[in-house]
Amino acid sequence: MKLISMKAHELHELIKKKEIKAEEIAKEHIERINEADKKINAFITFKPEEIIENAKKIDKYIADGGEVKNFTGIPIAIKDNICIKDVNTTCASKILADYSSVYDATVINKLNKHNYLLLGKANMDEFAMGSSNENSAFGPVKNPWDLERVPGGSSGGPAASVASFEAVCSLGSDTGGSIRMPASLCGVVGFKPTYGRVSRYGLVAFASSLDQIGPFGRDVTDCINLYDVISGHDEFDSTSLDMKDIKDYGYKHGQDIKGMKVGVPKELMVKEIDSEVKASILDTIKILEKNGADVEETTLPSIEYALSVYYIIAPSEASSNLSRFDGVRYGYRDKDAQGLREMYRKTRAAGFGPEVKRRIMIGTYCLSSGYYDAYYEKAQKIRTLIIDDFKKAFSKYDILVGPTSPTTAFKLGERMDDLLLMYLSDICTIPVNLAGIPAISIPCGLSSGKLPIGFQIMADTLREDNIFKAAHFLESEINWKITPKI
Amino acid sequence: MGKRINKEDVAHIANLSEIEYSEDEIDEITVQLDKIIDHVAKISEVDTSKVSPTSHVLNISNVLREDNPRQSIEHKEALKNAPESSDDGFKIPKID
Repeated sequence: MKLISMKAHELHELIKKKEIKAEEIAKEHIERINEADKKINAFITFKPEEIIENAKKIDKYIADGGEVKNFTGIPIAIKDNICIKDVNTTCASKILADYSSVYDATVINKLNKHNYLLLGKANMDEFAMGSSNENSAFGPVKNPWDLERVPGGSSGGPAASVASFEAVCSLGSDTGGSIRMPASLCGVVGFKPTYGRVSRYGLVAFASSLDQIGPFGRDVTDCINLYDVISGHDEFDSTSLDMKDIKDYGYKHGQDIKGMKVGVPKELMVKEIDSEVKASILDTIKILEKNGADVEETTLPSIEYALSVYYIIAPSEASSNLSRFDGVRYGYRDKDAQGLREMYRKTRAAGFGPEVKRRIMIGTYCLSSGYYDAYYEKAQKIRTLIIDDFKKAFSKYDILVGPTSPTTAFKLGERMDDLLLMYLSDICTIPVNLAGIPAISIPCGLSSGKLPIGFQIMADTLREDNIFKAAHFLESEINWKITPKI
Repeated sequence: MGKRINKEDVAHIANLSEIEYSEDEIDEITVQLDKIIDHVAKISEVDTSKVSPTSHVLNISNVLREDNPRQSIEHKEALKNAPESSDDGFKIPKID
């Protein structure tokens, strides 16, 4: 079996038994990236010599008796909004094109303790704003299943690199669906943890009350293992949680789902849903039913407003977070501007792309004097109603299920001229971020056009264990073996 | 003219946002912002008279720590990404 087709937990077994070296794994992946990434464009920073050098160091560490942990020597791609010391963090923006990070994000610190192998920094929508990865200053990422289609966004690079066997696993960030939606469109597993499970220290902030880092993998086991490494309390993030986790809830691999209570929110079967997507979701629900889960339809009435609430809260927080990019301390500066304010304005006009500027403008408007109560505060109140809807549902159900995306991968350019249509791409994922709950997307079927369909499983805050139980079970029943021909 | 946002509003928001737009861009973004704001304004129909706004999704209150000094980033490191610097500081154009 070729090394690039293996999962992290399979490679781990071989490394542990000293049957393969990190350097061999690295070489195969570099070869793959050299060949495939001309078409996919999943990487912004990729330095083969450094990868080989680091792989050799890991091999020496192992030869010297160092402990082989789950991700020791495993090549991982990191979304380019996560800081790694002395490596560029561009956020796929011109304004940070030459920015070199001065510290490691907490998730990187944790991975370093495993002696993971950094493959490179993965492409994304600029500052994680987008649903198609077309808003990148480094060019769009292509979907490995069909190069004329988008990989989804904003973590298009992390998703496409894993789907095309360039990376074994990757880390992305999810503010309104930016992990789950591209995972769905690329046919891989993507997981967004409970808000606060994973430290945001070193993640360039987009919307601080919604952002959460999470893993991509080609199976559920890799995502669980990677989640296990990156999660945990961090004193550098005041929103980070120090609470019971999956092991405390007794999570074990391979539990059956008999008696599990499953709700299907009717509002997530949105009117925009493709008939093929809907059929595949219903088939997957039948697998749960057939194996002893109690499935019934339920309702989350307030999520009708989720998209509107999100497009007030996320841009509002972004307008505040992105005020730090002013050409003073780092990044691009317009050098010809006369005076400080002209420098700010020209720097931000040229440094940010159109979607980022649009969101800064929307957010500034919603927070401005005279509009704050009607927009920002009102949205935060409806957010409370959405949280209450989920709380009510989780008092009855262990998990909620539905589609991750209403459609399969769409064509490049198809939604760029229709902003509201583009925003609708995230309609099934956004409610999860507003409520702070965890959710996963797993591949569940293929459309007649040979494009993957994603199944979304949601659980109450802190109950990642229920998601993993159902996802792992469904994965073994669905037995997904199809891969893109790139 | 837009239903909710006009060119003067956009010029005002651009000023607050510290972003320069050309006249043509202002026309274009006025139409776009008006469309988006008109869509999200749908939230006004919800009765929220008895609801409090969300602060943290898990109801975590303020987190405090002891104020002990510790090592932070070196001057040289902090300045390495600056477009312009002099001595120990960031250099900026004339404040007007």
